[in-house]
Amino acid sequence: MAASAKTARWEHFEHAADIGVRGIAASKAGAFEQAALALSAVIADPARVAPLIRVEIECEGQDDEMLLVRWLNALVYEMAVRSMLFSRFDVAINGSRLRAVASGEPISVQRHRPAVEVKGATFTALHVAQGSDGQWTAQTVVDV
Amino acid sequence: MDAKRLIERGPCHWELPATGMMRVPVAVFASETLLRAMDDKSVEQAVNVASLPGIVGASCMMPDAHWGYGFPIGGVAAFDADAGGVVSAGGVGFDISCGVRCLHTGLRRDSVLGVQAHLADSLFKHIPAGLGSTGAIHLNSQHMHDMLTGGAKWAVARGWGTEADLERIEERGQMLHAKPGAVSEQAKKRQRDEMGTLGSGNHYLEVQEVTQVFDAVIARAFGLTLGDVVVMIHCGSRGLGHQIGTDYLSRMVEEAPRHGLSLPDRELACAPIRSDLGQEYLGAMRAAINCALANRQILTQLVRDVFARHLPAAKLPLLYDVSHNTCKLETHVVAGHKRELYVHRKGATRAFGPGHADLPEALRGAGQPVLIGGSMGTASYVLAGTAASEALAFSSACHGAGRAMSRHQAKKTWQGAQVVDELAGRGILIRSPSARGVAEEAPGAYKDVTAVVDAAEAAGLALKVARVEPLICIKG
Repeated sequence: MAASAKTARWEHFEHAADIGVRGIAASKAGAFEQAALALSAVIADPARVAPLIRVEIECEGQDDEMLLVRWLNALVYEMAVRSMLFSRFDVAINGSRLRAVASGEPISVQRHRPAVEVKGATFTALHVAQGSDGQWTAQTVVDV
Repeated sequence: MDAKRLIERGPCHWELPATGMMRVPVAVFASETLLRAMDDKSVEQAVNVASLPGIVGASCMMPDAHWGYGFPIGGVAAFDADAGGVVSAGGVGFDISCGVRCLHTGLRRDSVLGVQAHLADSLFKHIPAGLGSTGAIHLNSQHMHDMLTGGAKWAVARGWGTEADLERIEERGQMLHAKPGAVSEQAKKRQRDEMGTLGSGNHYLEVQEVTQVFDAVIARAFGLTLGDVVVMIHCGSRGLGHQIGTDYLSRMVEEAPRHGLSLPDRELACAPIRSDLGQEYLGAMRAAINCALANRQILTQLVRDVFARHLPAAKLPLLYDVSHNTCKLETHVVAGHKRELYVHRKGATRAFGPGHADLPEALRGAGQPVLIGGSMGTASYVLAGTAASEALAFSSACHGAGRAMSRHQAKKTWQGAQVVDELAGRGILIRSPSARGVAEEAPGAYKDVTAVVDAAEAAGLALKVARVEPLICIKG
């Protein structure tokens, strides 16, 4: 993981019809990992998802915010076509390029009890920035 | 929002005059109570839409309008390609051609109550619902191409439903000018195993009873009488539509400067209708409309198969099928002149009035059925399009109740099991793979659908025909 467990965290935030995902960490890559965990938690409890299968993901964006949207959408796509849920993310960002390994397992409706499917990441409340305390925040609203 | 900013134009009809960058006014259709409850962000979005090139008439907000992505959900906007008009992926949404269809059953409440639990279990077993469910249908690339061009017509030709169903679907079941080549391989891959699935979130299948008839003449034309049992299906174009929305939203954001579009909000991303990107999006979106129509057609056959097992006397002809996330080329009379316009309806239902040539003969005298889904514990409504709706909002009406509370808050407020038990106590059987999903969709998380349809009727957008209440709800 790119950020220490001590500072890295994720949370959901309010949106009228949908839900916001926010990752906070000491590095940009760490914030992207935490935002991905927040995305997973929209669907099911990540603690119940074993990181058994590794999936490599690469994407590009013209700026950090577009990169976050592309990253979350790449995860939505991989979850959909592989019928998987993810619970662990290792992200490296180099300029406009992101390379990552997402680890998870096939969906079990019985065990994971997925609540809702994510249709895609939007540009609403989209924000990637480093705060004055040095912490990075990566957030957007996802359509469910 | 603050009503003082608005000019009252008629019953439940308000106008925010064009100022600044706005090219047209915003028209809001709502009662004062609904207006007060509307968030300022949704109005801000309608104002932004009013500033887009080529917009005609007004940027409209339906009574159920709320904060969306670029466009408000419950937004209607029409664009003239000859005047530099644009098409917007956000103005259609991620769930392209999400919609509602209503089936008659020919049954009365009592005959369904006798088998209610068995019917609920059987529908839940045979209708794939929720994340992780797949259908029994797997499309190869030729079938995918045929489905994306053929829509419900393709599904009927393959044995899901009957020819008679087609005339009761917008576009007669097949959206023309679809371009499967403009649909990414990723979008097609997402759809390979998802035909005939309900999805999740606010999608559902309900068995409902007609509990009130408001307009006996139109109700008769629609084949609805008090105590009748109907089935309503609410779902869309599944993974294919979601991926098309994702693909084109990004491309429109990136290419906006190239088209000289200066956007107040990145999510307003759009492309001139007369541009390669605009045409590609329209072709892909029309393919997604066909996907949604085919999906609801397949689900219809699955429902018929289940009913045949439990209630063999039941026949389930289609009342009508509407889509509420689309952009369609339509002819409308604006200020006395016929114009060809690209009408975006994001969370809004087309509502053609009596006599419209696109309506099947049996419904032409009554107007188009407008199907409004409520929340699972309350009610849904069948409305009819009016002639007046064309001048007011390009023949459009509301689409549902609209959320009053976020999913986040709903999850904290209710437990899924408690919601299921409470509704069972009122005779409504819920079947869902996810307790949390049920909590997030709790009836209390939605606005009052009755207030929404009352406002639509008072404004003249549509006429109330019948109220239906659920007996069974299969929740994705």
